[in-house]
Amino acid sequence: MLDIKSLRANVGDKEILRGIDLHVGAGEVHAIMGPNASGKSTLAHVLSGRENYQVTGGSVTYQGKDLLAMAPEIRAREGIFLAFQYPIEIPGVSTTYFLKAALNAVRKHRGQDELDAMEFLALIKDKLSLVQMSQTLLNRPLNEGFSGGEKKRNEILQMAVLDPTLAILDETDSGLDIDALRIIAGGVNALRSPNRAMIVITHYQRLLDYIVPDFIHVLYNGRIVKSGSKDLALELERKGYDWIKSEVAAAQ
Amino acid sequence: MLASESKEPYLAAFEQMRAAGAFSGPAWLEQLRQAGIASFDGLGFPTLKNEDWKYTNIEPIAAQSYVQPNGEVQSVHGAELLTRALVETAAPRLVFVNGVYLPALSRTADLPRGLRLGSLAEFVKRDDGLVADELGRHASAEGQPFVALNTAFLGDGAVAALAPGCRLEQPIYLLFISTSATARPVISHPRILLLLGAGSEAKIVESYLGVSGKAYFCNAVTELVGGADSVVEHFRLQQESDKGFHVGTFDASLARGCHMTAHAVTLSGALVRNNLRVRLNGEGAECVLNGLYLADGKQHVDNYTLIEHVSPRATSLELYKGLLGGSAHGVFNGKIVVHKDAQKSDARQTNKNLLLSDSAVIDSKPQLEIYADDVKCSHGSTIGQLDADAIFYLRSRGLDAPAARSLLSFAFASDVVRRLGIENLRQRLDEYLVDRFGAWL
Repeated sequence: MLDIKSLRANVGDKEILRGIDLHVGAGEVHAIMGPNASGKSTLAHVLSGRENYQVTGGSVTYQGKDLLAMAPEIRAREGIFLAFQYPIEIPGVSTTYFLKAALNAVRKHRGQDELDAMEFLALIKDKLSLVQMSQTLLNRPLNEGFSGGEKKRNEILQMAVLDPTLAILDETDSGLDIDALRIIAGGVNALRSPNRAMIVITHYQRLLDYIVPDFIHVLYNGRIVKSGSKDLALELERKGYDWIKSEVAAAQ
Repeated sequence: MLASESKEPYLAAFEQMRAAGAFSGPAWLEQLRQAGIASFDGLGFPTLKNEDWKYTNIEPIAAQSYVQPNGEVQSVHGAELLTRALVETAAPRLVFVNGVYLPALSRTADLPRGLRLGSLAEFVKRDDGLVADELGRHASAEGQPFVALNTAFLGDGAVAALAPGCRLEQPIYLLFISTSATARPVISHPRILLLLGAGSEAKIVESYLGVSGKAYFCNAVTELVGGADSVVEHFRLQQESDKGFHVGTFDASLARGCHMTAHAVTLSGALVRNNLRVRLNGEGAECVLNGLYLADGKQHVDNYTLIEHVSPRATSLELYKGLLGGSAHGVFNGKIVVHKDAQKSDARQTNKNLLLSDSAVIDSKPQLEIYADDVKCSHGSTIGQLDADAIFYLRSRGLDAPAARSLLSFAFASDVVRRLGIENLRQRLDEYLVDRFGAWL
């Protein structure tokens, strides 16, 4: 589904990604862990097409197509979804308005009929229960005045409605208490399917107790320096990231 | 043209109308008009040298020569105009065309108890003291040339008076239409008097609509008197035409415990200037001011607001937002004065502007004058383009860049509209905004 080969990217003059190789197959859940400033969020943004990141080398193939050649909205319509670490607040437009417009843009691209207000409402009501979100939040301005947990639930709700093929969760656990984390993980788990792949980016092992990945990769200094099964997360939890840093230093 | 030259036609027109007996009515009204023309003669039209007018050149208004229609009204398509002016047809309303009252389009039957609603001319004719006591006491001709001009040519307008304790369920609509009635540009000077008795409650909508393809000038003055503990929501909507000039003065005096919300929404017009002045005269009076101005092409919209905290413990909360495209020019000049006895005043002012093109211009000038020592005052002004993070967020959900920009423009404007307490109007304005910015739908 997704093939990342020798991907290099800059922010300004600074090289952040320094040769990433990653293969994600349909139905797989990959966790990407790593210390702060290792390039985790940069990878998420490069995959979703953020403008202020320059790709300087390598390739990303998504469902046989050149992902890096696509505009952000085309990536979204082709089934890529990024759950933001810091969802944006947009006063003046409700989640309902915004999400209906987004869904219809996606459906149009996929050759499906656009939904009218009634059909959309029925769909969204169904998805609300996934993240235990109240309907009143839908009519409030998008993310404005939402708590951290509400914002993250809203991200997962959007994911459920847009029905992506590849979901990228960027530090979805940051700033959440344990109850909110459980609810969000429950929503994410309900969305796991053989047709949908996920990349879960996190600093802490805690999230992976609830969203159990098939593979774990450790990103450090812009490269994936270690890959393994879910047991790797436990090892990281126990030993921290320093032993990885020493290993990398020794290898150089 | 010199200021002295541009005022001459008005002085001459005044003399001519007076000689022709156009100004009938009681002596107090005659005095008011005389004082008005004397003030205007002394002031002339404001120039850019005047600090309060420094960003708005009113030369296009002053350079035109106008006629003032007196009684003749050409036929208008009533139902269509009511719809365009966002008037709720079941609610009480007064309709004016080029400043002339049109009973046939108005709706004044079966008014709720405690409400007196009618044309200013009717009230003057009855002359029972109600109007004589208040007219001209609030919107002063002193230092305000357009109020002086309006007062000099005082003819018709609207009066709504609520008895103490009267609570209206339906809003009152006052509609002012400008059309091409004659071969020459038309001028009108609507005068509106809104009197809220103690403890009364009302929602009042002034809707200005231009349907003329020619230049015209609407010079409106509203005086609002908020009695003790009254609650009033006032809404001013301007949809003037591409060649329409509008100067609108809104002057409110609020007594103890009065709560006023005043919205000013400008959707179109060649040159629009709003002068809003609120005096928080009584202790604990509150005002909430919301403004939205949208301008495109070569339109010019200037909002001048002056809030005076006169008594202690009054609060004012002001939010004005502007969205400017094309080569439009927007102005926000917001002044707050806290007088020396107005301790514990709480005043907050925010002005936010969004520039949608490189050639759009905004001048934003907040001013605080504080003479009391125990007050909370803040002001903030922002000017910017659409937020790149927000655009990316929307694109990452599948909306293309133009759709993301129009959705964010809509959101920026809708943020003001959602504060409207008149449900029907709020929905219709939202629909208007979707139409105007809604490429994303």
